[in-house]
Order: sequence, then C-alpha cells, then structure tokens
Amino acid sequence: MPEPDNTFAAANGLLHRRVFLKTGVAAVGLLTAQVAAGTRDPWMKEPGAALGESGAPSDHESHVVRTGIGSQPGTTGSGASRTPLEFLDGIVTPSRLHFERHHSGIPDIDPARHRLVIHGLVDRPLSFDVESLDRYPRASRIQFLECSGNSGSATAPVAAADATCSSIHGLVSGSEWGGVPLAVLLDEAGVKPKASWVVAGGADAAMMSRSIPLAKIMDDAIVALYQNGERLRPANGYPMRLFLPGWEGNASVKWLRSLTVTDQPAMTKDETSKYSDLMHDGKAKLFTFPMGVKSVITSPSPGLAMAGSGVYQISGIAWSGAGSVRRVEVSADGGNTWAESALDAHVLPKSLTRFRSAWRWDGKPAVIMSRAIDETGAVQPTRVAALAGLANFYHHNGMQAWQVGADGGVTNVYV
Amino acid sequence: MGSPMSTCRVVAYLALLVAYTAAQAASDTGPGLGQALSEEEAAAISLTITPDGGGLPEGSGSARAGESIYRARCLACHGSVGTQGINDRLAGGHGTLTSARLVKTVGSYWPYATTVFDYVRRAMPYDSPGSLSDDETYAVTAYVLFLNDIVGRDAILNASTLPGVTMPNAGNFVWAVPVR
Repeated sequence: MPEPDNTFAAANGLLHRRVFLKTGVAAVGLLTAQVAAGTRDPWMKEPGAALGESGAPSDHESHVVRTGIGSQPGTTGSGASRTPLEFLDGIVTPSRLHFERHHSGIPDIDPARHRLVIHGLVDRPLSFDVESLDRYPRASRIQFLECSGNSGSATAPVAAADATCSSIHGLVSGSEWGGVPLAVLLDEAGVKPKASWVVAGGADAAMMSRSIPLAKIMDDAIVALYQNGERLRPANGYPMRLFLPGWEGNASVKWLRSLTVTDQPAMTKDETSKYSDLMHDGKAKLFTFPMGVKSVITSPSPGLAMAGSGVYQISGIAWSGAGSVRRVEVSADGGNTWAESALDAHVLPKSLTRFRSAWRWDGKPAVIMSRAIDETGAVQPTRVAALAGLANFYHHNGMQAWQVGADGGVTNVYV
Repeated sequence: MGSPMSTCRVVAYLALLVAYTAAQAASDTGPGLGQALSEEEAAAISLTITPDGGGLPEGSGSARAGESIYRARCLACHGSVGTQGINDRLAGGHGTLTSARLVKTVGSYWPYATTVFDYVRRAMPYDSPGSLSDDETYAVTAYVLFLNDIVGRDAILNASTLPGVTMPNAGNFVWAVPVR
C-alpha cells in the first residue's frame, strides 16, 4: 500500500488533517475488502427479502440500541435513556436512538384532541390544534439537543474505567427539527409590552413546565412538529414540542400544551430545584440556558477495541449552544500537543459537527482527547477547569480523555 | 443598469418591500387560525403559578390537615417524615449545601414555597396526578413545609399566605445571566 501523506501534525502519531481533506478515509487504509473470486455468498444465490412499509436496521446491528436506561424507583418512565454515540456516524441521530428524559412517562396523545394554548400577557388568548399549525409556515434546521445533566458522571471524583462514551455523554443527539416559528404564533396573540417570560407546559402526566425568556421565544424557538422528516415520535413530544436551539434540553418542553406569557419566571421545580448550578460557596445559579462548547471522541472509545498498531480514524462530535463550531483539535499525548481535525461538510449553528483525524498508533499506551472552539472563540475547558467552583454535575462540558492500552482496549480516564 | 434613476427605483422598491414585510410581521405573518378562548379558560389549562402568588387558586390547608393526606398518598415514595423514602428526599439537609455530604431537599434548597404547590398540583401523587383537590394540595404543601420547620402545624396556607412564606435558602439563588 502506498504511504499516505504522513506529515505529523502533533506528537504521538497524529497526522495532518489534509489526509482527510485531500484523499478521504479510504486512502488511510482502514478497509481492505476481500472478495473470494468466483464464488457467491448465500445472499447472492436467491432473491432477497420483500419490500416493506417501514424499514428497520440490519439484524446484524441489533446491538445498536439506547443504553443506560434507568427510571426512578417504582417507575418505568421517569428517567433517561442514552444515544449509543460510539456506534453512530455523521451529525443526525436516528430518531429511534434519540436520547430520552421523561418525568412521568410517555403520554399516548390523540392528536385530534391535543391543543396548544397561548395566553397571559397577550391581547388575544388563542388555541391551536395540529391541523391548523400544519398550515403555518415551517422552518427546518439540523440542531442538537442536550440534556443539562449530560456528562454528569464525568464530574465524579474517580473515573469509572468501564464507562462508555454513551454512558457518560449519550444525553445529546442531533436531528433535523421542523416546525412553526413561535414568533408567528405570539404575534398572532399580540404580546403586551410588559411581557418578558413565557412559561411552557407539557401534556405529560407531570405537566412538566419551564420558564423561557421571551427574547429567546421570539428569536429562534419553534413548535416542532417533525423530526428527521417524519412526525415527532411519542418519546420526543408527539404531536408537538417546544424546541429551543442550543439551550438545555429540559427547557424544550415535550408534548407542548400551554404557553403562558408573563413578566416573571414561574420558578418551576425543574428550573429551581433540579437544573440550577450549585456552587461550593452555597450560591446557586438559575437559568444556565445555552449549553457550553463541547466535543467528545466517539471512536476509538470504550467497547471499540483497537486491533494492533497502524493508522486509525479518530472521530467524534462537537457542538456549541452559542453557534457554530469553528475548530476541533485532537491530542494523542494526553493534551500536551494538539492537531487540528478535519470537519465534515455540514458545519451548522447549534448542531452536532463531525470531526475526523488520522492517527498512526504505534501500539503503545496513549491518551487521546479532543477540544472544540466555537464561533465566539469560546474554548472547551479541561475537566478540572469546567468543575471549578461547581458543587453539582449539571452543564458539564469538560474535555473527555480516553486511555488506549497496549492491548488495544480503551477506557475512561481523567488527566 | 447603474443609472441614477434605476438605482433610485431599486432603493424605493426595497424600502417598500421592507415596510411591507414589517407591516406583515406586526399583523398577519400567519394564516390566523388560532381559536379564541377566554383568559380564564386558558389559565385553567396551563395552571401557571408565579412566586408572587399569581395563578394560585382559592382554597386553603394546614399541615395538621395535610398529615393524613401525606400518609395516604405520599409516604410510600417519600417516607414517613420526608427523609427516607425510595424517591426524592423532601425534608432535612439544612445547612449541608456547602458540605461534602450535600443533601438537597425542599427545605434545604428550594427557593420558593409556591413551587411546592405548583409541582404537587401538576405532578403528584405520581400514580394519580391531578387527584388532589386544591384544599388538599395546600394542606400537603403545608405539611412538607412543616416537616422542614418552615411553617407551624396550624398555619393556614392559601393564595395570600403561601407567597409570603420565606424559604431558608431563598437568598442563595442568583441568576446566571440577566434575562429581561
């Protein structure tokens, strides 16, 4: 095999990103297809399966499922499930694998009976059904959704060696969200001058509610009706959900049923007692809305063993609640030296962004990690810097390090 | 192309377009399909309550009345006095927020008493949300606050007294960003 462009961009084998930009993955020599000449495998000897109304993944991919499913004691639907990031590529999460976080199960909503009510500090209280919202102008954007508690286990004092990428970071997913800009609906209701907040309520059994600054609602919030081209799935708010690009997931209330326009936040249970940021001095910050700039290497990562020395692709996702990812850097020596990664073509605001680096692994123990920089110049902090002063685990965006062992095994590690 | 006249026309046209778009935005950007309903009907759907007491319903209750309701409807998950249930701890933990053994409860952490009423009315009891009357909800709220030594056993909570209850940790909350 011809030698690839092997200009080293950082220590311990990280190649220049032009390896990807110029020649693509194939030239790095990951794949060596082997075709036995003159034979047909069984699936080539007779016609395959029938056409079908709805597709499903290959039976050989049955391990690619949500992970870490856990619910509050005595319940089955009040908890979380995680996206298996280490088995996925690109920036769009299949809807069936989007992470879940529910507070009283998934309601089985009859769309014909569901209404969205807008009231409070408005000139005209209004009610909308799904059918009428379908006639409004829609916008569709590819954006991430991240739970405020994502990566919380990375704040534990001791690194759990057996933790996986999805068990730590799987409460983030990317989708194409389509829906009606809320500014259009609020304009129709007529927002009064003294209004400054909107309290969103859901149609789940917990009537989950959150307060949102009016400015965000009027800026880029939508009532989402579609996810990845199809109607929302029940676990993601069918038939409609609030979607707040870049902001902590809990605020994007699913099964959206009411919007109360107010001059103050409601100080709901979730925004005060749960997703506030308690500091070591006893102070607690309310309303940490935008999710910080962040990245994580999804491959290699725990569970994806490396098969001996050679050239590998290091790949992962980066995102920022403040806008687009400008740059991602990867280190193969525990953060001493860094090489710029190649970004896939879709670099979109408040979206997952896929990065890739080529790494010539020498077969010796190594620590790989990534860091993202967003369009505002914000740099993803180290784990230690991200934890400074914080007494709880919400909104954690510190760098993730993976230890690659001489045996090719990958484990969670702190540096 | 490029003559002063045509540039003028283009500018005038653009100005009109901007004015037209702005007027549309103010009045009828959408198809206008929202169905009118009264503020009272809408408020009964959203159940929104604010810390100043806005949205609190009529009715009242005390911890004395709330104890039996708590025992019947809340104890299974939250324990006999809100400290040892299988689910969220409701009472105690006062003064632990700066310690290594942090215990967040309604009494040690929550900044507003109205939040207790709001959350119970929305989501509790877990197996049958919405099944408590407003009087029962005030009473259970009073009992949870009583378990935290915040109100007395016979204090009456209602729409005017509940917003006046000061939570022990209220002074420790700050806003991450000024949003107004």
